[in-house]
Amino acid sequence: MKLRFEKRLEASHLSTILVPLASFVISLLLGALLLAANKANPWQTYHAMFMGSFGSLYNFSEVIVKATPLILTGLGVALAFRLRFWNIGAEGQLIWGGIGASVVGLFVTPAQGGNLIYLLLAIMAAMAGGALWAGIPALLKTRLKVDETLTTLMMNYMAILSYQYLYNGPWRDPEGFGFPGSRQFSQAIWLPKLVGRSTIGIIIALVIALVLWFVLTKTKWGFELTMIGKNPRAAHVLGVNSNKNILVALLISGALSGLAGGFEVLGVSHRLQQGLNLGYGYTAIIIAWMAALNPLSVVLAALLMAMLLVGGDQVQMIMRLPSAVGLVLQGLILIPLLGGAVFSEYRLRFIGDKKDV
Amino acid sequence: MFDLVGSLLMITLAAGTSLLYATLGEIFTEKSGILNLGIEGTMLMSALTAFTVSYYSGSLILAVFCAALTGGLLSLIHAIITVTLRGNQVVSGLSITLLGTGLSSFLGQRLGPESNGFTLFGLNAHRFHAIEIPLLSNIPFLGAFFHQDILTYLLYFLVPATWIFLYRSRYGLSLRAVGENPRTATAMGIHVMKERYIYTVFGGIMSGIGGAHLSLAYTPGWSENITGGRGWIVIALVIFAAWNPGRAMFGALLFGGINAIQFRLQASGTNIPSAFLNMLPYLITLVVLVLMNVSPRMQRRFTAPGALGRAYVPEDK
Repeated sequence: MKLRFEKRLEASHLSTILVPLASFVISLLLGALLLAANKANPWQTYHAMFMGSFGSLYNFSEVIVKATPLILTGLGVALAFRLRFWNIGAEGQLIWGGIGASVVGLFVTPAQGGNLIYLLLAIMAAMAGGALWAGIPALLKTRLKVDETLTTLMMNYMAILSYQYLYNGPWRDPEGFGFPGSRQFSQAIWLPKLVGRSTIGIIIALVIALVLWFVLTKTKWGFELTMIGKNPRAAHVLGVNSNKNILVALLISGALSGLAGGFEVLGVSHRLQQGLNLGYGYTAIIIAWMAALNPLSVVLAALLMAMLLVGGDQVQMIMRLPSAVGLVLQGLILIPLLGGAVFSEYRLRFIGDKKDV
Repeated sequence: MFDLVGSLLMITLAAGTSLLYATLGEIFTEKSGILNLGIEGTMLMSALTAFTVSYYSGSLILAVFCAALTGGLLSLIHAIITVTLRGNQVVSGLSITLLGTGLSSFLGQRLGPESNGFTLFGLNAHRFHAIEIPLLSNIPFLGAFFHQDILTYLLYFLVPATWIFLYRSRYGLSLRAVGENPRTATAMGIHVMKERYIYTVFGGIMSGIGGAHLSLAYTPGWSENITGGRGWIVIALVIFAAWNPGRAMFGALLFGGINAIQFRLQASGTNIPSAFLNMLPYLITLVVLVLMNVSPRMQRRFTAPGALGRAYVPEDK
């Protein structure tokens, strides 16, 4: 007897739902082993994580605070991945979004006063910052065929170092009592709050997810983008300009991550300071992958990841376990998920001992 | 002046050691056609393992062995996902980095003794010390090469050995064939899957030793995120070195040197230029990546393995 993969004629739909679900369960089981090995009751820990995320309106608002950037970066990554453009630079694009919004916040908006127009300007600057940081690798890829995985990766670190330089150096608030960070923006450009620390950013993110889903699945342009990713040769034959489409899609992808960074500084910290490079851009890759690059599923996957992060923080407070529990569970989801993907494209066949053709 | 250059060179070599181990390993992995972006996570987990084992057992050999084992196991996961299950190499590598980052942070706060609040932070363990080689270490300037720890000395042999293996041996030939064109390699009778497994795991083992050098020699002790992005510099170094072990050594010295100079600058209180210095490795790599695709001369010098990043599906004809 021998095991062999056989290509399916059509991707299995059932497995696109089952595999992520099974992966989540597997990661919880593996996590439970880890917890038990550390003499922590897994059931209690998971219960605390769940209650920490949904136990009260405030706790849930914290989930929304984390989910907002995760949805936006997840959408950005999913859009790029649909074109087989391996943009792993959402982290850097998010940071440049934060820098863009801060330029408007610090140098365009008056220190006191300002109005809604400045907020809109800051949001646009955030999108421009993200688009710039994604546009460079997109141009390099389409014009010079430079590998995008490596350029986006390198640019993440360049982004982290540039924003750290800015808030530690030239933009540092001289009246900040030695605290590294820029001065606070005028209240007029703070993103309006919903509950707790959550802002209207989540509503915008949800609307964008819907729009993106519509564009990708119901319009001609969305069809063209999917074709470029799935079958570039057919796209070429049908006269679709891949390079132009990749560039436009990547500018949007970067703008979405930039928006995430903009919402962070305009809605949460109200200044440029540390805390933009928390790894949202990398988590976004798990999210996009879990969601099979579908914008609506991205929302669900992002909520789940946000829950794990907030739950991890709660576990630290209540059970005195390191908050990294959430990160560990996140990392554990992806591995069975990636391995499981093979089952949607292939089926396992037992074949007899006779020589296979 | 000699003193300053000499001491800078000494730090450079120490800083470059962990980079070079991981880079040599990743060169072999990538030469076989597998891109492993899990180095950062692998180095973190190995640094943690090395420190923990050294702390509890007091044996440095056991510590390095366990760190190498950890690295090997993590990259075995990568190999299973990408070689057998044909998963996406980029996403798989990143997930290993995410897992390694989370798990090392978690375990770092759990594996310590109760007296230290279960954390490993702030503990002291057995570590590697520099061994001075008599006479040679007294040479001005170059003496720095002979005032290092044993893991660094080992590299003096490993660099030529890996180069000879890669370019002058039968094994190296088949390894390069696997990464360049797996279909042709199969026709030549090479077992592509097996080679990819071997060199992916080898890459993990080397990253593991690199990680051990961090927590046992370069910055002895455990702290969260002890690698500080070195795993990503390794990815950059492999490109900078054009997948060549010899050039990897110069690259590691250059990138390690940048690290050493920044160490100095921080000590002297100037904080600002360090951001730019830190950015240099990534910027240089970006420029190399662009040049690789632009100038025909550079194109010949820097060619990535032809099948890098792509799963090998034997049934597709």
